[in-house]
Amino acid sequence: MKKVNRRTWLSGAATAAVAIAQTATGKAVQVGVPIEQFWADDPTKQPGGAPPGIPPGQVGTRSPFEKLVKSPSDISSRTPLQDLHGILTPSDLHFERHHNGVPAIDPAKHELLIHGMVDKPLVFTLADLKRFPSVSRIAFLECSGNFRTGKETLSPQDICGLTSQSEWTGVSLATLFREVGIKPGARWFLAEGGDAALMTRSIPVQKGWDDAIVAYAQNGEALRPEQGYPVRLFLPGWEGNTSVKWLRRLELGDAPWQTREETSKYTEAVGEGKIRQFSFDIDARSIITFPAYPAPVQRGWIEIRGLAWSGRGTVERVEVSTDAGKSWQVATLQQPVLDKAHTRFRLLWHWNGDETEIMSRAIDSTGYVQPTYRQLLDARGGNSGYHMNPITAWQIKRDGRVLHRPETR
Amino acid sequence: MTNRTCWRAGFLLGMVGLMAGFRPTTRFPLTPSAQTRSLDTIPTPVRFGFGRPATTAELTRLDIDVRPDGKGLPAGAGMAVRGKTIFATKCAVCHGVGGTGGPGGALVTTTTATTAVVGKRPDKTIGNYWPYVTTVFDYVRRAMPFNEPGSLTDEEVYHLTAYLLHANGIIDEKAVITAQTLPKVVMPAQKLFIPDDRRGGPEIR
Repeated sequence: MKKVNRRTWLSGAATAAVAIAQTATGKAVQVGVPIEQFWADDPTKQPGGAPPGIPPGQVGTRSPFEKLVKSPSDISSRTPLQDLHGILTPSDLHFERHHNGVPAIDPAKHELLIHGMVDKPLVFTLADLKRFPSVSRIAFLECSGNFRTGKETLSPQDICGLTSQSEWTGVSLATLFREVGIKPGARWFLAEGGDAALMTRSIPVQKGWDDAIVAYAQNGEALRPEQGYPVRLFLPGWEGNTSVKWLRRLELGDAPWQTREETSKYTEAVGEGKIRQFSFDIDARSIITFPAYPAPVQRGWIEIRGLAWSGRGTVERVEVSTDAGKSWQVATLQQPVLDKAHTRFRLLWHWNGDETEIMSRAIDSTGYVQPTYRQLLDARGGNSGYHMNPITAWQIKRDGRVLHRPETR
Repeated sequence: MTNRTCWRAGFLLGMVGLMAGFRPTTRFPLTPSAQTRSLDTIPTPVRFGFGRPATTAELTRLDIDVRPDGKGLPAGAGMAVRGKTIFATKCAVCHGVGGTGGPGGALVTTTTATTAVVGKRPDKTIGNYWPYVTTVFDYVRRAMPFNEPGSLTDEEVYHLTAYLLHANGIIDEKAVITAQTLPKVVMPAQKLFIPDDRRGGPEIR
């Protein structure tokens, strides 16, 4: 029974219903319940009861009870992987990385120039691009600098939130290549963005013929500004920086341009003083997104859930260990398992309350097995930074806390 | 039907289709073998005729990139002493006095400053990490200064490039760099760079 205060008791107006209530002296009486109080308790009694400040109709809005946010910095923002389900990233939660801000581009004024070693240098408006036969594919996009470790209080978002997945729609770059006529000697092309950094990357022409997309849509709608509105390059399976956003120019040539991004950035130390360049492919990786910091767990049945992906093909298998890597079990893969795509995996586990570590490793269709941090450092002999894809472990404490296990040499 | 008749019928149908439906027009200059390809059963054109030819003015305005062989370098000349003044005014706020470090990172390799901090990786600078000299010109011209990208003249970019090369001990203070001399400069880090040597498959590399 509900306790009512004297003011409510005395007020006869605007009652929505009658209820049994208890007075201050403990006597049960019939009272009128004020409208606000009644609706606040039971949404089924409020027709069209959208929360205040949420307009109906024009644009769907996430429930105010859901606190999904990207974690932003001056130069990037990270997807809350631990809060998502399935394989698609809501467009507004797709990670972003930019090199001098997100430009405001009027699509009516934006054009794409393709020139260099071509038969006919051509300029395409956005409307022109949309007239061509379109393609769509679901694939992940990951920044090659997508790795953090070093303290226990890191969430999947902190550790590898620079990966996201969308359905990308646009025109095949191969279609545009045919339209301008690529000269036989062309081996590379330069992709240039229309942002304040005029981002440029050199890309082998073969990738353009294989599966590159000049994309204007993401998850059914126009690209979000942070994703390159109105048009971007999308290179499935390749490090995110090569998928140049706000694309304004493609130049065909016989050699790479050696731009700042492919020389002083996005290259990695690989031992003996050597620096690896043009490392485009994203190697296979996985991460358990539940249980994961910061959400605690309770003993009993736990569905271990996570994401796995490979830039070299499909996820063949994901193995999960619940005993700190001593033994591994094969997880269930959620269908569809797509090429160069985030794949959801699951494993049911009964936790008896003992302290342990859980971790996952992805095996892709090329036979590559996701390595440990130590294996990566041994192979590269240096502090690499880019293309780090190690197995990530979560410590399960006796009290149910879940903490990242920092990687150490 | 024998296989042979079957083949003949298919061939004839194909020819009729090509002659009736895909006769070359002024818009789509198609010839069946060279310029059509088949997706499923529907022949699609190689060229759709969308887009418009780029003008010379557009190409001149947009084609700003510079390659290691010097292709794309504009006319002009630069000297370190002139670049030093420009750097102090427009660049030092982000890259530190003399380019030795700031919020935008160090550009100049020093022998003492970075190694003094124990456990800190040496900064990747133009002197110790950039493999090609033309990248300096290209990047400064397209993206710098950070708060006013594209505001430098070609001449200023040449001066700044000369200054950064001299500060890194790569060229002489009196050297004049131009479109002809710049591509000849060999960067100390060039020999360190190797193309991606991962081959796919099980190997961890």
